[in-house]
Amino acid sequence: MQFGVFTVGDVTPDPTNGRVPTEHERIKAMVTIAKKAEEVGLDVFAMGEHHNEPFVPSSPTTMLGYIAAQTDKLLLSTSTTLITTNDPVKIAEDYAMLQHLADGRVDLMMGRGNTGPVYPWFGKDIRAGIPLAIENYALLHRLWHEHVVDWTGKFRTPLQGFTSTPRPLDGVPPFVWHGSIRSPEIAEQAAYYGDGFFANHIFWPASHTQRMVGLYRERFAHYGHGDPDQAIVGLGGQVFMRRNSQDAVREFRPYFDNAPVYGHGPSLEEFSAETPLTVGSPQQVIDRTLGFRDYAGDYQRQLFLLDHAGLPLKTVLEQLDILGEEVVPVLRREFAALKPAHVPEAPTHASRKAEQLKKAEQVEA
Amino acid sequence: MKQRTLVVVSAGLSQPSSTRLLADRLSAAAVDSAVSLGVRLDVRVLELRDLAHDITNHMLTGFPPAALRDALDAVAGADALIAVTPVFNASYSGLFKSFFDVVDKDALADKPVLIAATGGTARHSLVLEHALRPMFSYLHAVTMPTSVFAASEDWGGDEALRPGPLRRTANTDALPPGPLRRTADTDALPPRRLRRTANTETEGGLRGRILRAADELAREVERRDPATVADPFALTASFEDLLAG
Repeated sequence: MQFGVFTVGDVTPDPTNGRVPTEHERIKAMVTIAKKAEEVGLDVFAMGEHHNEPFVPSSPTTMLGYIAAQTDKLLLSTSTTLITTNDPVKIAEDYAMLQHLADGRVDLMMGRGNTGPVYPWFGKDIRAGIPLAIENYALLHRLWHEHVVDWTGKFRTPLQGFTSTPRPLDGVPPFVWHGSIRSPEIAEQAAYYGDGFFANHIFWPASHTQRMVGLYRERFAHYGHGDPDQAIVGLGGQVFMRRNSQDAVREFRPYFDNAPVYGHGPSLEEFSAETPLTVGSPQQVIDRTLGFRDYAGDYQRQLFLLDHAGLPLKTVLEQLDILGEEVVPVLRREFAALKPAHVPEAPTHASRKAEQLKKAEQVEA
Repeated sequence: MKQRTLVVVSAGLSQPSSTRLLADRLSAAAVDSAVSLGVRLDVRVLELRDLAHDITNHMLTGFPPAALRDALDAVAGADALIAVTPVFNASYSGLFKSFFDVVDKDALADKPVLIAATGGTARHSLVLEHALRPMFSYLHAVTMPTSVFAASEDWGGDEALRPGPLRRTANTDALPPGPLRRTADTDALPPRRLRRTANTETEGGLRGRILRAADELAREVERRDPATVADPFALTASFEDLLAG
């Protein structure tokens, strides 16, 4: 099982002292967090893509390429890549280039984006969000799997005899996850291609995640990619830890109460009961996270949101230490002990390359 | 006897409230009317005061806490709705509007709804026609032609007790159950029925207005199939169709 962090890249005032990081500080902090994630033994760093304030990451492959150069094992991903407003041709090119530079340590999570004005800024219409996601990904998939592509669609100019360069590393495209909170069409899309499905998980009740993951697993089997429990599932999580749970609650509460997404609404206690948010001791985080398996089944990737709501970098790095030292080693052991042998691990470049070789040999034989 | 569900939404803030009082009068009358048409209504009352924090939290977080989820599911699954608000600043109350702002956008489509309001003076009564009715039209609800306004003065005096023109009698029970079946038959309705409609006063006593509106709601429920709720997680198109655009 893979463990990691995902970041939105928001610039948010620290509610305890009013301090606002500059964009430069925030960008550098994200790099520091990624490097720290590798240092403490996490597997994945994923970053969002945004084209509006107060978010800094408009150019994920630039940042991920920079991080790739300073890490050795860390898998670099997105949370999410905007499949609606980006040109799929440019996604194919940018992420193939990143894949080469990072020696295959790259995958992507597709998302639609929910900020209305961003669509027209990129010449699109949010009301066509689902059709855009379906058509653009169909093109991206072809560009990575076929050398020469002829294409006609609704949302971009046609292509005649086009080859996206560079070609994917070793002829193996980056693995793709599809993220969606509530659109069954996206779970269906992930199932259709045999891609992964990522449930953001952290802003909604568990029952919601259970339905979406259940639908994806059922359709994954329907399309002949394996049994439902062999589908590739990722989940988000949101935690804040201190040795004593009371200290965690006391320290995190002002950040929770003023957080951009849910601040000034439910109490920390109410939100913790309704969503996977866990504020407490490392053991509480371990217990809660293991519980995700009860409704999502055996899954392949767990990403935590740690750096948001104005938490200072120093605090985030402390959280990463706790996660790497006390939480993830236990979760690795416990999840591995529970997972049946026929449930696969999350695909990596190495595993997908080996699978491709095996398929080629079978064809020859 | 057919069984259907009636959900009553009451946005009164005080306890007890005249809004709830009106809501209870309306639901009791609807239950009686429905029984005479062979329908048993199971009534559930939602006091929005109890859900006020949850409604705000839903707006701020994007999902309803459990108690509100339960209430929203009840509304979506109801065969009929009675919605009653106090008049604040010449419109429905903010809490009333906020509740319907978090109801799923298709939940009220084709659902019979009886609208009602309370206020200090009858001068506010057109709030029902100028604020509530357009909102429910936007939500594609089937809003009953008769809306019921209760001013403070309606709760006292002879007017409140006067049965009004539509008081159900043995005779009216014997009427064909389907004046709202919109078919060519309408023309063939018995003269008794037509006369009764023509004689109806729009400004009767409160009790008369309650009975008339409840009667409309009961008839609308009687002639309909039970409500169905769409599963938000259900796939509505094949992926091949989605791919084909």
